Amino acid sequence: MSAPSPAPPQKLPPSLAANPVLSSWIQFSAQGHVVLSPGKVEIGQGIVTALAQIAADELDIDIGRVRMVRATTAGSPNEGVTSGSLSVQQSGRAVRHVCAEVRQMFLAAAAERLGVGADALEIVDGEISGPGNVRTSYWELADEVALDRQATAGVTPKSSARRMLAGNSVQRVDIPDKVFAQPRFIHDAALPGMLHGRVLRAEIPSAKLTELREDRARGVAGLVAIVRDGNFAGVVSDTEEHAETALKALRKGAVWSAQEKLPEEQGLADWLKSQPVETTVIDKKTPPHSGETKRTVKHQYTRPYIAHASIAPSCAMAQWSGDRVHVWTHSQGVYLLRTDLALVLKLPAENIIVEHMEGAGCYGHNGADDVALDAVLLAKAAGGRPVRVQWSREDEMTHAPFGAAMAIEIEADLDAQNEIIGWRHGIWGNGHVARPGRAALPALLAGTEIANPFPRTIATNPPQATGGGADRNSVPLYDFPSWQIDCHRLLTMPIRTSALRTLGAQGNVFAIESFLDELAAERGEDPVTFRLRHLSDPRARDVIQSVAKRANWKPAKQAGVGYGIAFARYKNTGAYCAVIAEVEGAKDISVKRLTIAVDVGEAINPDGVINQIEGGAIQATSWTLKEQVRFDRERITSNIWSAYPILRFSEAPEVEVEVIARPDMDPVGAGEAAHGPTTAAIANAVFDALGVRVRNLPITRDSLIAAMELSS
Amino acid sequence: MPSVRFRLNGVGTDVDADPDRSLLDILRGVLRMTGPHFGCGANECGACNVIIEGQAVASCDTPLGSVADKDVTTIEGLGTAERPHPLQSAFIAEQALQCGYCIPGILMSAAALLKKNSNPSDADVRTALDRNLCRCGSHNRIVRAVLRAAAEMEAR
Repeated sequence: MSAPSPAPPQKLPPSLAANPVLSSWIQFSAQGHVVLSPGKVEIGQGIVTALAQIAADELDIDIGRVRMVRATTAGSPNEGVTSGSLSVQQSGRAVRHVCAEVRQMFLAAAAERLGVGADALEIVDGEISGPGNVRTSYWELADEVALDRQATAGVTPKSSARRMLAGNSVQRVDIPDKVFAQPRFIHDAALPGMLHGRVLRAEIPSAKLTELREDRARGVAGLVAIVRDGNFAGVVSDTEEHAETALKALRKGAVWSAQEKLPEEQGLADWLKSQPVETTVIDKKTPPHSGETKRTVKHQYTRPYIAHASIAPSCAMAQWSGDRVHVWTHSQGVYLLRTDLALVLKLPAENIIVEHMEGAGCYGHNGADDVALDAVLLAKAAGGRPVRVQWSREDEMTHAPFGAAMAIEIEADLDAQNEIIGWRHGIWGNGHVARPGRAALPALLAGTEIANPFPRTIATNPPQATGGGADRNSVPLYDFPSWQIDCHRLLTMPIRTSALRTLGAQGNVFAIESFLDELAAERGEDPVTFRLRHLSDPRARDVIQSVAKRANWKPAKQAGVGYGIAFARYKNTGAYCAVIAEVEGAKDISVKRLTIAVDVGEAINPDGVINQIEGGAIQATSWTLKEQVRFDRERITSNIWSAYPILRFSEAPEVEVEVIARPDMDPVGAGEAAHGPTTAAIANAVFDALGVRVRNLPITRDSLIAAMELSS
Repeated sequence: MPSVRFRLNGVGTDVDADPDRSLLDILRGVLRMTGPHFGCGANECGACNVIIEGQAVASCDTPLGSVADKDVTTIEGLGTAERPHPLQSAFIAEQALQCGYCIPGILMSAAALLKKNSNPSDADVRTALDRNLCRCGSHNRIVRAVLRAAAEMEAR
């Protein structure tokens, strides 16, 4: 028996409402292919596969028939930015609706052609057949069914029980190319007549180029042009090698001066708390009746600036034709990038085509958009030939935005029974988003460097309604009787910040879940019991109970080994995730194992979900144990891997993931669910192992010693 | 310009170029072989790893002149979709990547390991891959895939 069909939705999914023309999403070819054109982009998260699964399910076709078009402003629906673990939610719902509606249109056309009622028809891999052996197909009808019309509300997609592919672990469609080294990355693309550009950037952020002697660079073979526009300078050459040589020569003729002192790396929290800020009350809950506060507990937690540290340096290509420019980019938002390019170039957006090509994992707003403007500016000097620009590792680790450093203070009022009756959570730090395409002024690096520069965008925080920024996950999911959450956003920004995976959630979950652990320990109460006692949301309880069961919580005490648990629901509206960490060590902590339970609603591709959760947990382990942007008062000093180490193979914990099946719940993304809980679970396990509470990330030998000194 | 001769994926190859130029630059820039990836240019990430005389080596840090008369294997020489190397089949079976940019270098490190040690332990694989960076956190899947390939090759 199949489950009853859900009632038809009264409204179009938001992505579809914004881009309602069906043919902008989907086309059928006579050759038997369905061409799907989502506005979201592949960033290694497997979205193209999940969307292909959804389309194949809804249309009753083999997934191999789905051809995915890379997002381009020349035709793709505008779905904003691929971020925030929203792709399957936004694009997935739109694709599901589009396909459901298109299927009905084809059935109606087939019914007319075959002279049978649409209800009597069935579709198997695109073949439409009915009683009396009548048959046609999507491919035969492709010319008859006009898809250049608006989607309508009131179409009912299949119920979860009738989906064949969604919920199954389908192999990702992009993996074979990547394993057989078929060029798929923008870095490996070449356009006819392509030249190579390099941008000259100082080691000092926002430096002023006070002098530039070009004579040496002029003598380098293959030089096409030296470009100088204010503090922006670069070279264009016939080959990559010549561009590198010319850049080296140009660098020797450059004199820079620093414009703004960087903060003291030691004492960063004090600096964050002493800057001019804009304060926002994020949430306030007033108690129904006030108990009597017997004592107040207060702790401060910090995390450092964290680099995106993509394995590939940012890369782009651009080609001018008159006053029109075509840009190839691994940006997360082609339309948003186009908006900012138009602002910098003072051109109508229609003159600019921005087309996506895959890059390496970016984990947020890295240099992808910046290098696109670099390529556009350098290509101006290329006489209509395309120019490819690639950043250096050093530029990537110096000039791309970082995830913001945070100082978080939590204070709880406890009654005579040591129960929480009041809760205050304060956050200090830069905003977490300065993405392009969102404001009246452009947010691209070179835009701040050209002769008539735009001011640098001071990062802001998205509103709570869309998940918040610095304040993401700062409102407790626990049933405390009262709270106040304040966010103090810095109005200065000597170190450039923008979106890094989870925005503020990693810091806030680390703080909340550490603090709860401290309270539970003080009470002598088991941390799982303590959390469950304050949680009424059944899905939250489920992930905690599942992970506790799976990890045999709590294993017997052994010397030098510790266990910690933490939980969060990403953005308080997304995936539920609970993590138990097992750590070992005394001076140097190693994370041996992470056991994780996650609830993402309907898991379209369960192995894809596990891959994202595993990856997120290992990346969070890296952030927690190793990562910290280093700087002196003038420059970012962690501009090579040896100065910014990340977790290696020998250091990666075992990770076990349980996906709780919820086929009838809306799907939500998995890419950011594990970071916060993993971070806090590790910190809690370190306390369990050593009795030392590390409140300042990363948990290194130095921070352990500092924490021991503080507690002794 | 002197010519440097070496065997690239089994094929004798002559390159007229400055012998001090990096092998990666020659592979990508001159021979248009885009499998090996640029990651750092400083032998710190392994994205550009190739196999030279049985050893996994960062090609960004290897001067062209140093491979004269030697055997160089890149990911292009490992296998194809039609004739995959067991490592490539295993990486697909284990879905052992997210973005995949580091994978060509990791496959070469793994292939060099399996040549020397046909029955590696989990720890052996991790040691062999320890100079390869992966930012997506696919480490454990990658290790599983290498062990799967090793078992597959043993069973043949």
